[in-house]
Amino acid sequence: MVSYLINGISLGAVYAIIALGYTMVYGIAKMLNFAHGDVIMVGGYMAYCSTSYMGFGPLTSVLFSMLVCTILGIVVEKLAYKPLRGASSLAVLITAIGVSYFLQNAALLIWSSNPKAFPNLFDLPQVQVGDSVVTSVALVTIASCIVIMLALTFFTEKTKMGKAMRAVSEDRGAAALMGINVNSTISVTFAIGSGLAAVAGVLLCSAYPTLMPTTGAMPGIKAFTAAVFGGIGSIPGAMLGGILLGVIEIFAKAYVSTQLSDAIVFAVLIVVLIVKPTGLLGRKLTEKV
Amino acid sequence: MKKLSKHSIKGFINYGLVIVLYIIFQILASAKVLTNSLQGLLVPICAYVVMALALNLVVGFSGELSLGHAGFMSVGAFTGVIIASSLKNLVPFGPARLILAIAGGAVLAAIAGVLIGVPVLRLRGDYLAIVTLAFGEIIKNIMNCMYIGVDSRGLHFSITDEASMGLEPGGTTIINGPMGALGITKISSFLAGIILIVITLFIIQNLVNSRAGRAIAGIRDNRIAAEACGIPVTKYKMMAFVTSSALAGAAGALYALNYSTVVPKKFDFNTSILILVFVVLGGIGNLTGSIIAAIILTVLPEVLRQFQDYRMLVYAIVLILVMIITNNEKASAFIKGLFSKKAKKEAA
Repeated sequence: MVSYLINGISLGAVYAIIALGYTMVYGIAKMLNFAHGDVIMVGGYMAYCSTSYMGFGPLTSVLFSMLVCTILGIVVEKLAYKPLRGASSLAVLITAIGVSYFLQNAALLIWSSNPKAFPNLFDLPQVQVGDSVVTSVALVTIASCIVIMLALTFFTEKTKMGKAMRAVSEDRGAAALMGINVNSTISVTFAIGSGLAAVAGVLLCSAYPTLMPTTGAMPGIKAFTAAVFGGIGSIPGAMLGGILLGVIEIFAKAYVSTQLSDAIVFAVLIVVLIVKPTGLLGRKLTEKV
Repeated sequence: MKKLSKHSIKGFINYGLVIVLYIIFQILASAKVLTNSLQGLLVPICAYVVMALALNLVVGFSGELSLGHAGFMSVGAFTGVIIASSLKNLVPFGPARLILAIAGGAVLAAIAGVLIGVPVLRLRGDYLAIVTLAFGEIIKNIMNCMYIGVDSRGLHFSITDEASMGLEPGGTTIINGPMGALGITKISSFLAGIILIVITLFIIQNLVNSRAGRAIAGIRDNRIAAEACGIPVTKYKMMAFVTSSALAGAAGALYALNYSTVVPKKFDFNTSILILVFVVLGGIGNLTGSIIAAIILTVLPEVLRQFQDYRMLVYAIVLILVMIITNNEKASAFIKGLFSKKAKKEAA
């Protein structure tokens, strides 16, 4: 019971970190970045390569994969999304899907479709919590999720860039008039989101150590669901949504059916959205005529 | 709004296009120009064209983003397979069975459309998108653990395993959980596919150009204004959504009965996205565009076979480039003062 709960929270923490990327990009660029899930996969492969081929330590490999993913995020944003700024949101959505295909197939060419066994980065003993045993990866995941959450809250509330991000998400036109560089703000958002995706990729692959070009797809969709669940555009909402989703998934797997666990997760999402159409912590939008 | 006569001319162009394509493909097939793999694609192309037209009704005319249309395709596909397999002895004539299967698939998908539409259409924009995505995944998951068989006493089904259906010794399993439907008799044909496309065009074009169609477009352009004019918003949104899901179901049945096996995983999120790509690339609200985009994008991976391993990579790059090229002109138009207005409209 306790171990299910902790495993659920740790899976949820991974979803939450991914969902943060979705929610920030959505809040600022008003786009659903479907390629986000594949950045997770790239992050996983980068950590895999840096430990297996280059012999990096755990911490340096995480930093390395964050660096690569941040650069990847910025490059993708500049090449594929920036020319479409101001185009219809569907056009951007399809472009994001194109980027997602591109990343998956590039990974397929580079690393082939054979699953790679992800190395155990956190070589720590299992931990006794009450009368159940929990893997240390789960605890590391939860801890890093809390750290990221605090850092991100500090960043958006206190720093100049964070304030600019909030202003752009509130009203892009007005923010531009106030002298905020909208383009660079959006780039920074993509950079942060992709960096977080790299962390999520490493954590996800540590918990489920098989790495394939399609590894990121399903967690990506679920994290997106989590972001909507908590109210898209809201950072605490992404956190809450992610953790709830993870806990529901693990409990559904444990007590109901492994095969139907995804169906249960999505059914809960639908019920929540019907009762509260803007998600758990979503802002209520007043409609203008 | 343009003149009505223009609409009917456009409509005839679409029918003409489909018939010309049919003749071209028939000539190519009889002249043995088509490769085997392309020949095998003919029916799937028809199914995808119908799917793209159906989704265009929702995305283009009703203005709602649906990311779960593969779910309706799945419902239609498996219903069609069940009907076709269980009526094998009753209705030995293939085309008649195909019609029954397609009609059955459409009806069940329409029922699913009603069930999903009632809660979903209360939501707006991206929330609607995510809920349709969730429904698509739920349908895939449920299909993944469905076991359906038939024997002399009728249909049996179970959600645990094959044995618990309690089939008689002579009974056959139609749907076998994650393995999907096995041993389907192929009764779909290219001609049937073309007829289905023409029927789909007929239904959509008549709906769009009717009073109801204008109401649907009115709701898309301004929901509040339409409501104020006394248009029942939910009713018309449902009309578009359920019509679209029924057509998707028909396409699913056509698609499934073209193969000997169909797995539930085929109709996943990626398929929904693929169809959305057809619609967006062909032009939202443009039926002719949907037809052409569906054909080109289904054939493109085949044509790109010479690139071998790189073909999906090339496909992705082509997709991104086409989106940028077709939309950047717009972007430059927006810079001339429209930018802020458009952004506000999207935010609202």
